[in-house]
Amino acid sequence: MTEMTYREALKQGLREEMQRDERVFILGEDVGKNWGGAFKVTKGLAEEFGDERVRDTPISENTIVGAAVGAAITGLRPVAEIMFGDLITLAMDQVCNQAAKMRYMFGGQTSVPLVVRTVFGGGKNIASHHSQSLEAWFMHTPGLKIALPAFASDVKGLIKTAIRDPNPVMFFEHKLVYDKKEEVPDEEYTIPFGEAKIRREGADVTVWGTMFMLHKALEVADELAKEGISVEVIDPRTLVPLDKKTLLDSVKKTGRLVLVTEETKTGATTAEIAAMVQEEAFDWLDAPIVRVNAPDTPVPFSPPLEKFFIPDHKRIADAIRSAL
Amino acid sequence: MVDKKKLVDLYTRTLKVRLFESKVWDIFGQNLIPGTLHLYLGQEAVAAGVTAALEKTDWIQSTHRGHGHVVAKGADMKHAFAELLGKATGSCKGKGGSMHITQFDAGVLGATGVVASGLPIAVGAALSCKMRGTKDVVACFFGDGASNNGTFGESLNMSAIWNLPVIWVVENNFYAMGTPIKWTCPSQSIAQRAEGYCIPNKVVNGNNTLEVYEAVVEAVERARAGEGPTLIECQTYRMKGHSRFDPAKYRPKEEAEFWLSQDPVEIIRKIAIEQGALTEKEADKIKKKLEKEVNAAAEFAIKSDYPKPEEALEDVFAEEVA
Repeated sequence: MTEMTYREALKQGLREEMQRDERVFILGEDVGKNWGGAFKVTKGLAEEFGDERVRDTPISENTIVGAAVGAAITGLRPVAEIMFGDLITLAMDQVCNQAAKMRYMFGGQTSVPLVVRTVFGGGKNIASHHSQSLEAWFMHTPGLKIALPAFASDVKGLIKTAIRDPNPVMFFEHKLVYDKKEEVPDEEYTIPFGEAKIRREGADVTVWGTMFMLHKALEVADELAKEGISVEVIDPRTLVPLDKKTLLDSVKKTGRLVLVTEETKTGATTAEIAAMVQEEAFDWLDAPIVRVNAPDTPVPFSPPLEKFFIPDHKRIADAIRSAL
Repeated sequence: MVDKKKLVDLYTRTLKVRLFESKVWDIFGQNLIPGTLHLYLGQEAVAAGVTAALEKTDWIQSTHRGHGHVVAKGADMKHAFAELLGKATGSCKGKGGSMHITQFDAGVLGATGVVASGLPIAVGAALSCKMRGTKDVVACFFGDGASNNGTFGESLNMSAIWNLPVIWVVENNFYAMGTPIKWTCPSQSIAQRAEGYCIPNKVVNGNNTLEVYEAVVEAVERARAGEGPTLIECQTYRMKGHSRFDPAKYRPKEEAEFWLSQDPVEIIRKIAIEQGALTEKEADKIKKKLEKEVNAAAEFAIKSDYPKPEEALEDVFAEEVA
């Protein structure tokens, strides 16, 4: 085990897959040697694998993803980086109409083994075009798998699984987790999709959360433990496929559920999870499901405004108390 | 100089597409085809000329008006017809229909219902040919209308900077649905747009299979030699309207009369006969043989079963994890 940042673990996963399989290549804006990715995830890979396999592209999001689709269906394993998740709006046709539907629409004649990596979330005061959390859009599109690792040890195993998966995988990172450190196994390993991880065991209430909110939820759980409240925290790790069982088993144990994400509330993934739990575990619930999300506004710029927008420790703690 | 065997091929391909599409129109009239369709009638010389210049292992990327492309590339007509009818024996198991008619093992990467969305995919396929070290090329069909979409600029640019083996085939039929090109393109020429991306380009008579073929042969040679993309603008015309309920009354009478007199099948037949590749009798014999094939394929499709409703749940994800 070596302690390393999420960024380093992610790069290690990418590097190992590029070493393992020469079909794997990276393309995106500024991913190459001049910059190494806007968040430095690919830094050093162009020097190691060359400009052909770590390929800088023009600013053409739709064609970056489309080119990845074309390469994927003809025998390569592209990993496309979209610099900010907000910019994936420019590639929605290739993501949702092409990558997601191709296998189905063509009756199983092809599969589309590509990974689209991008970064979500606020907290950096970079306003509405560089701070959103759009995972629900993709969860609503049949044909896409979605991974959203929040921890260094997960991101390495999950990026490897994503690259080896024969389907299009949306791989969502969060700006504020790149520098978080954790012990990461040195050996080769993958993490299967659809297996949630219980990050903290507890008896009184289940908290389900993603990305940076998961880190906050764990900190809140530690604080509440001092008050004698026992919180179980679940990290889904992938939204599609979704590990329903781990969540439902937890809800059946605690009888209470709080859902925490950084998305704006209406139509968020938390709405889907809440609906699923009440469909499948209503009889076990001792209290209404509580959702903690951002308000339904674009992400604001000014520090006090953005701070208000992003769910904080107090809101998460209050939500947990209200469920008890 | 094109040899006689190739001239016979050009005539046969053009005619095959014509007969396939005529039969489609016929069974569409019998209400056997669900939804709508965009007929390729009138544009046969483009698909035939382009695909005749390709090898089986080369790829094509098709459009919403794709029947002609896939049939010319060598897709099985039985499964093509069956797909149009939504049958289980369709090449896409009835999940795609007219706008998504595709047969991968014939070298068809896909037909798309989103205008201009095929161009980025062709970039990726061509990049893949190059990175995998094959000599394969990708011919990407799109219309004049598609050249107004952002992916046109993005994709031409990327193909040029990476020197990719793509042949951009513009089927300029002068109308994007009902909107004439004179309302949408200041230069009236799609080929001219390629200049800005430093891509060699050419305008050809898209109703003349031989002319299309010769231009594409040159482009394929450049692509295989690692000299990058070419754009070929094929000027052609739809014999019918855009889709099901379009009688195309917006087209000026004189313009339509001129173009409809330029029948691609008649043009290539005349050339093949004049150059001594075929006699009238041989040309008719090929026609009879093709008619038989087309009729049998249509019959196969009509007699085929529909998919079971629950098959709607299949093929969302591939199972095998590499």
